[in-house]
Amino acid sequence: MRELGLTIDKIIAGDVRTASRVISFAENEDARAAHILKALFAHTGRAKVIGITGAPGSGKSTLTDKLAKEMRRRDKKVGIVAVDPTSPFTGGAILGDRIRMSSLATDPGVFIRSMGTRGQLGGLAKNTMSAVRILDAFGCDYIFIETVGVGQSEVDIIKLADLVLIVNVPGLGDDIQAIKAGLMEIGDIMVVNKADKEGADRLVIELETMLDFRGEQEGLRPPVLRTIAQDGEGVPTLCDQIDIHFEHNQKIGLLEKRRRRNLRLEVENLLLDRFTRRMRQVITAADEMDNLTESLYNRETDPYTVAETLGESMKLP
Amino acid sequence: MSDRTIRVLIAKPGLDGHDRGAKVIARALRDAGMEVIYTGLRQTPEQIVAAAVQEDVDVLGMSILSGAHNTLFPKVTALLKEQGVDDVLVFGGGVIPDEDIPFLKGHGIEAIFTPGTSTEDVIAYIQNNLKR
Ligand SMILES: Nc1nc2c(ncn2[C@@H]2O[C@H](COP(=O)(O)OP(=O)(O)OP(=O)(O)O)[C@@H](O)[C@H]2O)c(=O)[nH]1
Ligand SMILES: [Mg+2]
Repeated sequence: MRELGLTIDKIIAGDVRTASRVISFAENEDARAAHILKALFAHTGRAKVIGITGAPGSGKSTLTDKLAKEMRRRDKKVGIVAVDPTSPFTGGAILGDRIRMSSLATDPGVFIRSMGTRGQLGGLAKNTMSAVRILDAFGCDYIFIETVGVGQSEVDIIKLADLVLIVNVPGLGDDIQAIKAGLMEIGDIMVVNKADKEGADRLVIELETMLDFRGEQEGLRPPVLRTIAQDGEGVPTLCDQIDIHFEHNQKIGLLEKRRRRNLRLEVENLLLDRFTRRMRQVITAADEMDNLTESLYNRETDPYTVAETLGESMKLP
Repeated sequence: MSDRTIRVLIAKPGLDGHDRGAKVIARALRDAGMEVIYTGLRQTPEQIVAAAVQEDVDVLGMSILSGAHNTLFPKVTALLKEQGVDDVLVFGGGVIPDEDIPFLKGHGIEAIFTPGTSTEDVIAYIQNNLKR
């Protein structure tokens, strides 16, 4: 128990090695993580958490690098969690987002962590929230989460972030319309990155038009902002907009509302996890004891009855 | 040793601009089920060590072709030591003459893989020599 207190103190004091080791515990679902995260929770909720999502190669990492630099210039401590896909076949991954963030590596006011999705769908790693929370307690003022390069269904980022930036780029063609439409609904700020490329003007107009058709939503109308992430152009304005959104959302109660919703969702997901594990155990047990699959295959029973019976044994209605 | 995912930082210190070898290793380790953090070309020892600490890697592999291994590799291990990091397995690769190997091993570079080493050997080496 003393050791737990010490770990918590070290994270809060900004000890990099402790924070990074505890993130590993969380990633590996090591039993130590649960104790630490429980004790840490009371020390979280201060950081502004910003999700950065968009198509593969749209410049998310480059932009995150520049956003972090600008926030450093404003004397803020920054955390970055960058997620890349894990191969479903080997369980391995190449996490390459840091390539664009080299110059931040030695800044003591920046903590960058790369994560593999490890089987999680939705554009994030399963324990992204734990990493964010650890960086929050660690004292980061802003935490940027870079999702994997996504399509329209990978929108889990809204369950974690206070604010979501969508990174768009010109020249991806019309097939990207659907993706844009899907992401459109979750974006608080639309970034048109690679504004140095042809088609940026048209893309801005397209996005504005799509926003006109977006249904009534709480909060500010998402601004469409041009950036050239490579040389940092447009990034100070983007940072200003981030702050404006936080201020506004706080004022109208939207920030609090989202955070409440997300905490509930988190409990839901944690429970779902437990439930799934339990359910698999029950099915495996039924298979071993009563040759469940065999009887199903031979049409001696049916999936509906089995689900009912097992559900009852699990005290489900 | 549990069955947790092994995390490896593959880094390119020094000024040479070729990372084909590093990428081959990175891919092989990924295919062996490891998480490989790749940080790109021309990393300073300070950047490499900061990344290794933030990413909490089990293994640090560095590749160098420019001939600066005798200064850069020991610089990295010295910085690791300075930070109190003693559970990261460090190996080196690239064009490294045989006569330099004892010196490097004396400075905490625990294995040197010269061109021609099979990726299977590197994978096996990592799996058998993890420090935690
Ligand atoms: N022309 C131009 N290129 C850019 C700009 N921003 C980023 N790039 C380039 O776009 C490429 C991809 O950038 P990343 O930052 O790695 O993109 P990403 O969205 O993080 O990529 P994934 O993580 O793989 O999905 C790199 O070669 C960048 O240099 C920009 O504003 N203009
Ligand atoms: Mg990226």
